[in-house]
Amino acid sequence: MRGHGLGLYWRLILASMTSQMQYKASFILSSLGQFAATAVEIAGVWALFSRFGNLEHWNIAEVCMFYGLVNVSFAISDAIGTGFDQFGALYVKTGHFDRLLLRPRSIFLQLIGHEFALRRVGRFSQGLAVLAWSIVTLEIDFTAYQVFMMLVTIVTSVCFFLGLFILQATLSFWSVETLEIMNTLTYGGVECAQYPMAIYEGWFRRIFTFVIPLACISYFPVIAVLGIDDPLGSSRLFQTLVPLSGPLFLGISIVLFQRVGVRHYTSTGS
Amino acid sequence: MNAVGAYVAIVSARYRTLLQYRAAAFAGFMTQVFWGAIKIMVFFAFYAVSREAQPMSLAQVVSYVWLGQALLGMLPWNMDKEIEQLIREGAVSYELVRPLDLYAFWFARTIALRTATTTLRSIPMVLLAGVVLPLAGQAQWALLPPESLTAFCVFLVSLFWALMLACAFTMLMHVFLVWTISGEGLNRVMPSFTIVFSGMIVPLPLFPDWLQPFLNLQPFRGLVDVPFRIYTGSIPVADAWPDIVHQVIWTVIFVAYGRWLLQRSLTRLVVQGG
Repeated sequence: MRGHGLGLYWRLILASMTSQMQYKASFILSSLGQFAATAVEIAGVWALFSRFGNLEHWNIAEVCMFYGLVNVSFAISDAIGTGFDQFGALYVKTGHFDRLLLRPRSIFLQLIGHEFALRRVGRFSQGLAVLAWSIVTLEIDFTAYQVFMMLVTIVTSVCFFLGLFILQATLSFWSVETLEIMNTLTYGGVECAQYPMAIYEGWFRRIFTFVIPLACISYFPVIAVLGIDDPLGSSRLFQTLVPLSGPLFLGISIVLFQRVGVRHYTSTGS
Repeated sequence: MNAVGAYVAIVSARYRTLLQYRAAAFAGFMTQVFWGAIKIMVFFAFYAVSREAQPMSLAQVVSYVWLGQALLGMLPWNMDKEIEQLIREGAVSYELVRPLDLYAFWFARTIALRTATTTLRSIPMVLLAGVVLPLAGQAQWALLPPESLTAFCVFLVSLFWALMLACAFTMLMHVFLVWTISGEGLNRVMPSFTIVFSGMIVPLPLFPDWLQPFLNLQPFRGLVDVPFRIYTGSIPVADAWPDIVHQVIWTVIFVAYGRWLLQRSLTRLVVQGG
């Protein structure tokens, strides 16, 4: 049954990609647009470093590691999470969610298969380029552990951001519209994880570690990738284990969506 | 004259529409506050270790960031959705029937687009950053009052020209759209350049020194950098006039080019749809 679901997911995704490729010019333009729009941020980082030299104990190549990893991860979750991101406007407001409920497949599978947004390749390639530059410049002889932690960062970050999209979808059962306020956590989360969390004020850092586990899937594992000592004083063991809060966050979001959100759903009619 | 009447009607209609979406306005406001806070913390960190004198003080940069968050909507980063649709669907032919100068009419609509949301969002932002934060004892986070009363007056003049410049550039984007695909491509990439070169991401004086001659010439600094630096006193009032003339010259160039391009495109316009 499980394998069956995965097979269906691939078919949905392939159909979505084929349909997006019917409008090649539009795809290329929106990818280019997104590339430019996200590259703006790195221009800012570059300007500040060339003016100030260093950011506390961080140099630009290290900051680019944070920047690259969070952008690559967010681009992936943004591409696969479109169904949840647009959930309020596309399914609740229109009442189309009724149709999903009637189908003998899990809601999660149907929504994740809603669209694979290829245009996110704009942010993805921008993040990947910054990441590559960082790796080359830092000249780290990567150990297997560091490579592993890089994968951990990406996978757990994707889980975390996907969890945020699902939480946003859950809230739209009440708000009906897609909630713009969640952008502070999604796009805002990317914005603040582009810099090492250690530079922010204590209260802000604590919120984004203990309430919303953003630092757990970006800052701490990236410290392990860089192989440096954490100025906040965390241990390697902590940095290795704490990213697990990403999948945990995703799991809680899914449970909330299915147990609380779907149960609360009343159709708006068609 | 006609354009002024049209402008008043459009702006008041837009306000009424916007006020229907109070929740969205609040969400947008919170997002901008959050963004401002992150930017300011990044600047705190950079300034904390900097030993050399920087071209702008930290307090000036903080005020600059808040002004930017308050006036974000004024930047030419998007187009008027209805004009976009007119062009896409071919209804642009109805526009040509109206006894109004098309460029002036669209310019009026553009002013409405650039000011309606912005005024609505800037007032709470200025109140929060300029009044609430200092009262809460968070002076280092606050939007400071302008350098002097004169600086404030000159700032208002410069802000007016920033608005004109923004509208003239938005109009160029509208006109480009008539050239469908190539115009659309340009319009998707252009806003990113506008945002960087206006000084919205990082105040322009903080860019490397070797870039400054270019940054001082290009048109987009008139959108953000010039008015905000006059406000914070980073450009002294006595030195402000050349910068305002710079804004006016680029506005005139954009309007002239936009008008010419619109005329040219209308002579070869193919209306899509029926």
